[in-house]
Amino acid sequence: MNLHEYQAKELLSRYGVKVPRGKMVESVADAARAAEELGLPVVIKAQIHAGGRGKAGGVKLARTAADVPKMAGEILGKKLVTPQTGAEGKEVRKLLVEEGLAIQQELYLSFLVDRSLGRPVCIASSAGGMEIEKVAAETPEKILRAEVDPAVGLRPYQARRIAYGLGLVEDVHRKAVAFLLSLYQVFRGLDCSLLEINPCLVTEEGEVLALDAKINLDDNALFRHKDLLLLRDITEEAPLEVEASKFGLNYIKLDGDVGCMVNGAGLAMATMDIIKLSGSSPANFLDVGGGASAEQVKNAFRILTSDPQVKAVLINIFGGILRCDRLAEGVIAAVQELGVKAPIVIRMEGTNVELGKKMLAESGLNFTTANSMKEAAEKVANLARSR
Amino acid sequence: MSVLVDRDTRLVVQGITGREGQFHARGAMDYGTKVVAGVTPGKGGTSVEGVPVFDTVAQAVSETGANASVIFVPPPFAADAILEAVDAGVALVVCITEGIPTLDMVEVMRILPESGSRLIGPNCPGVISPGKAKIGIMPGHIHKEGRVGCVSRSGTLTYEAVYQLTQRGIGQSTCIGIGGDPVIGTHFVDALKLFQDDPETDAVVMIGEIGGNVEETAAQYIKKSFTKPVVSFIAGQTAPPGRRMGHAGAIIMGGKGTAADKMAALEDAGVEVVRSPAEIGETVERVLAA
Repeated sequence: MNLHEYQAKELLSRYGVKVPRGKMVESVADAARAAEELGLPVVIKAQIHAGGRGKAGGVKLARTAADVPKMAGEILGKKLVTPQTGAEGKEVRKLLVEEGLAIQQELYLSFLVDRSLGRPVCIASSAGGMEIEKVAAETPEKILRAEVDPAVGLRPYQARRIAYGLGLVEDVHRKAVAFLLSLYQVFRGLDCSLLEINPCLVTEEGEVLALDAKINLDDNALFRHKDLLLLRDITEEAPLEVEASKFGLNYIKLDGDVGCMVNGAGLAMATMDIIKLSGSSPANFLDVGGGASAEQVKNAFRILTSDPQVKAVLINIFGGILRCDRLAEGVIAAVQELGVKAPIVIRMEGTNVELGKKMLAESGLNFTTANSMKEAAEKVANLARSR
Repeated sequence: MSVLVDRDTRLVVQGITGREGQFHARGAMDYGTKVVAGVTPGKGGTSVEGVPVFDTVAQAVSETGANASVIFVPPPFAADAILEAVDAGVALVVCITEGIPTLDMVEVMRILPESGSRLIGPNCPGVISPGKAKIGIMPGHIHKEGRVGCVSRSGTLTYEAVYQLTQRGIGQSTCIGIGGDPVIGTHFVDALKLFQDDPETDAVVMIGEIGGNVEETAAQYIKKSFTKPVVSFIAGQTAPPGRRMGHAGAIIMGGKGTAADKMAALEDAGVEVVRSPAEIGETVERVLAA
């Protein structure tokens, strides 16, 4: 689950991590009021679930009282297009109004789990404000790393070594160490999959603050963070993905015209790949999971066919726990109830496949069947092209 | 021969009184696996499918001599179940559970390397040595005893690959699902080492996917030390960056973990990389005939 910057900063300050004074607002009038409370200058920042906001015009510095409503009005309601939003962009519904601070130095700090080590790592760089991937590629010597032993957490000596490595001295050094130790507490305490402070700001007064904050939460750990569930902003998610998540389905909207429904994430990705190889393009990723019920299959089918771009549908099921007869029952019910017009190609194999095929044949509905993934992908590509 | 599991495997099922635990304990027994014990705290002294249930894994091991465990425990308790099996000295621990918090697995990995146990998974279909024993949720009947090893991050996609092999009369020595999570107990390299040392495995099918760099690490190992032919498919060639494709570990981050990078690394190591998932079986057939 992704959080907004303003939500991340609220959580950080709960753990004693310093952040600029600020306020989340949803209207121009409230932005002006917030600026009045905070004092000028203020920074007005679009709150969307995507990076690259600054370059897209989603972050502005207001120096005068007149600037505030003007700039807030320019950003609110605008569709921001950044490298992370896709071409259609994301509408800005919320703003964060923050005190403007004089910048002495910008740093990069993050925590994430290194998959090959199976341990959290802290990554730091003196090149704050830049994309860390770019820094790593161009100036790898500027990247500092500390591996965290989960039994003891980030140790003060590790934080000191990073702070020295960043060239920080005296008072700032001491504050940066405390900052890093608190950040690890946030990472561990909230079950983050990523905690990134970019930039971390050193002010002219020698204060260390999180000028930006990105928190991704581990979805698998949300069962023990019920309070964090309230922070989900479904307006930031694609409507069909929100709908799918209600039924425990894993759906991701893509740009193509062949809708697909598959059991298992790996097979679903492979099905997308073979659709592409057959000269067409997948409209979605959809994993109905291992133990899907006929009802879930029906909902999955409804969701994927409600995408107006879908010209044809490919169902690819390798029955293990999910039996082919149960799948057939769900698909037949869905087509009968929803009156689906798009042609449907079904390929199934595995548990109870003969029964499943018989049910499809006897349904009186117009399904195209296929005996292999390749045949299925070619048939569906032809059907999509002819419409 | 085979790797990890065979006719001497004595299996304890953790979470045997649950719906899935019971169902797949039955499935393993029907396949011929020796299921010697079940564990569910509070249900000790009862039995499921004729298998005695114990309160702790330690009891199950000392009473029945279990040497392998399979875990069907719900996600909040699964990491603890893994550590319980490790502490009881179980040599092979297979965790099927999907949805374990990553930081719980980080704690498991703090203990696991120093123990004598091997962990497969979590979030995996399990391990099967066709004709001998199966530990997991895969449909046994699509497999055939033989000499090709399979290792994969996926479940149903592995079934697809195995099915293509079996249809061509090509049997498998052992099929290992290493799991779709970011933090797992056994990586491709570990599995490849097992197949390298197994005189009855002639070739390996390796099925990877986007995210992380275990395929690249495997490519380095193959280039240096692996002497048997490898056929590989990488799922997610069409996956968009920054999105998690079902598996918790399947995500392209910061331009890293793409299918193209993995395929290039494997090709550079002399692996037969297939573009289409439909070509796995025919490619193995061709490689074996060469």
